[in-house]
Amino acid sequence: MPEEISRRHLLGRTGAAAGLLMLGARRGAAEAPAPGAPDAPAPTASGGETPSVLVDLTRCIGCRACVRACQSANRLPETEAGALRTAGAGASQTAGTDAPASWPRQELAFDLWTAVNLNKKKDGNGRERSRFVKQQCMHCLEPACVSVCPVAALYKTEAGPVIYRAERCIGCRYCMVACPFDVPRFEWNSGLTPVIGKCQFCAQNRLFRGQGPACAEACPTGALKFGGRNNLLFEAHARINARPETYLPHIYGEHEVGGTSWLYISDIPFEELGFKRDLPKMPLPALTWDVIDKIPAIVAVLASLFAAVSLGLKRGEKSV
Amino acid sequence: MMVETAGWSVLILCSGIFLWGAWAAAVDRRPPFLAPALTGALSLLWSVAAVVLTVRFINGLGATTAMTDRFPWGVWIGLIQAGVAVSSGGYVVAATVHIFHIRRFEPVLRPMVLTAFLGYCFVAASLFIEVGRPYRLWHPIAMWQHHSIMFEVAWCVTLYMTVLALEFAPVVLERFRMHTAIRVMHIILMPLVIAGVILSTLHQSSLGSMFLIVPQKIHPLWSSPLLPVIYLISSVAVGLAMTMIASFFSSKAFGRALDASLLKSLASAAGLVLGLYFLVRAVDFTARGAWTSVLSPAWLGAFFALEMGAGVLWPALLFATAKSLDDPRRLVAGSFGVVFGVTLNRLCVSWFGMVPHTGPVYFPSSMELIISLALVAAAVAAFALAARFLPVFPAQDEGHARPEQAPRHAPLAPPSSLRSAKGPAPQVPAPEEA
Repeated sequence: MPEEISRRHLLGRTGAAAGLLMLGARRGAAEAPAPGAPDAPAPTASGGETPSVLVDLTRCIGCRACVRACQSANRLPETEAGALRTAGAGASQTAGTDAPASWPRQELAFDLWTAVNLNKKKDGNGRERSRFVKQQCMHCLEPACVSVCPVAALYKTEAGPVIYRAERCIGCRYCMVACPFDVPRFEWNSGLTPVIGKCQFCAQNRLFRGQGPACAEACPTGALKFGGRNNLLFEAHARINARPETYLPHIYGEHEVGGTSWLYISDIPFEELGFKRDLPKMPLPALTWDVIDKIPAIVAVLASLFAAVSLGLKRGEKSV
Repeated sequence: MMVETAGWSVLILCSGIFLWGAWAAAVDRRPPFLAPALTGALSLLWSVAAVVLTVRFINGLGATTAMTDRFPWGVWIGLIQAGVAVSSGGYVVAATVHIFHIRRFEPVLRPMVLTAFLGYCFVAASLFIEVGRPYRLWHPIAMWQHHSIMFEVAWCVTLYMTVLALEFAPVVLERFRMHTAIRVMHIILMPLVIAGVILSTLHQSSLGSMFLIVPQKIHPLWSSPLLPVIYLISSVAVGLAMTMIASFFSSKAFGRALDASLLKSLASAAGLVLGLYFLVRAVDFTARGAWTSVLSPAWLGAFFALEMGAGVLWPALLFATAKSLDDPRRLVAGSFGVVFGVTLNRLCVSWFGMVPHTGPVYFPSSMELIISLALVAAAVAAFALAARFLPVFPAQDEGHARPEQAPRHAPLAPPSSLRSAKGPAPQVPAPEEA
């Protein structure tokens, strides 16, 4: 515990600054992105590839260090549910995990961008199987939220992360409806300045400064691994192939809705752990783009048609 | 809990009184307590709505609506879509009169343009309350994101509201006898009408396209790649139905003669469009194999049956039978069926159809419905005021009942000289056959 806190303290207070200094020394300070600039050079931290995180559900112990790291890196309020809970005296243990039965659930919110919860499922033998599942924005390769946002408040950076720019947002919440993973959250109790909240992949505060996301760095068990997407897919396949009796041959996020930056592997079927099932393999924005790209043609056809009909009939009217 | 009980009481009381008023007008009866009851209901509704609005803009949508992160679009979105649909009378009649030059429909053009404009005002006002930051509603005009259907809808609705305002402008200009301006309006009328019809075609269908991106979230009864087509055809049907409703109630409220032959033509046209609509939905259903999901869950199947039965088949039957074609009340009843059906359809796409995916996590608060009812009441009241003070309806002076002869409106009616004033604009039509 003390070790954990001191590490977090170090990261939170000095880590970012130190990282930035080191980066500046290596790349030259002029290259450091201006604060708030949505685009930055392809992140060196992921080797120039799409930055991704591989989540190995078999390795997660539910310590929620990632949640706390996220809160402190993104200056989100520290909620009670995010606080580290150890199995206290008298707390009954859930079979197969170290979690107490009274593990407080946490829900994603506009100010809680990642959550770790216990998902229990009885298997065929009546034995309870449970896994901790970390939720956050999946950072789709072709995000539906970005395609529906009328003002580009949600924005896919060239580097990969999908970020939210509150200064543009009108609060229409179409992103929440469109998201296949139901991730974006809204600030329901703000009268005039509500915002959408979702994981930013630590894009502006860490990634563009050469660091991986805070959650992945904080994970003590290797359940979260940050890297380039292709490398992580390779690694995921390798882990599955090395222990086929444990892992299911499915990398969640490899093909779902055209692929996501967050990838999951598991030993329990994903749908039993609350993951969305039956998602199309095609990127969702194509569904509306197929309609939108016909609009100019429709306008041209209708305009000439109506003009011709109207003028033609008018002439006929006069000659009668 | 207390608040909700009070809210629902206000809602039920006010809607009851409004329905009573509509019924009394339809059957030509004027119960003595109706007028004060209507005034009372309106004052109550608008005062409560003002309080709700204050709370919404101080404490947020969470304090006033039942929407949550698990159900981010509630009944307002469904009603906004329905509002756009029932405002389609404006473009349907404008196209009929000015593009297809079927001049017989000219007497209903101005009322329908006004209905459409007020309908879009309802939509704009609802959006102003519904979005998180209404003072940024102009952002889509400045910050383009052309991959978004919402971006396209925002542009179309903004432009079309401008078109409607311009289409209605001659009415106001006539009232104040600004003849030069009327002449200018006459010149730009044709391109204006064509632009209006195109903009309407685009956004009426695009409201359906908005839901193309969530095929996995909407129940198969309503999730279809043909959503834009379904929305467009149903908007034409409901536009014709609204024209019948507006003609009927205007004749009642302003003591005008009802043009039965016009109503008949409208009903026949609506019947044809409803037939086409039914055909498209049946083909779409069969192609997607959606019939198998009609009964899972059964309550959604019942909603679907209601939408297609009361909203499509029953009105189509009424509009197709000779007997009811001669009975304006039956035609209006059928028209209400169409409005109900299209409203239910929009609610099913954006709300009920999502429930199997989200679970039963949303039911609107009384405050949401109070706001919507208050806005509808405001639109109807604005229509009544405009009809009283502006030359919305064509002059009637061939033996029909003249509005001036109805004593209850006499002090408020504009001078008859204005009503029969004929500027160069063609909007003042020659009276129909005597």
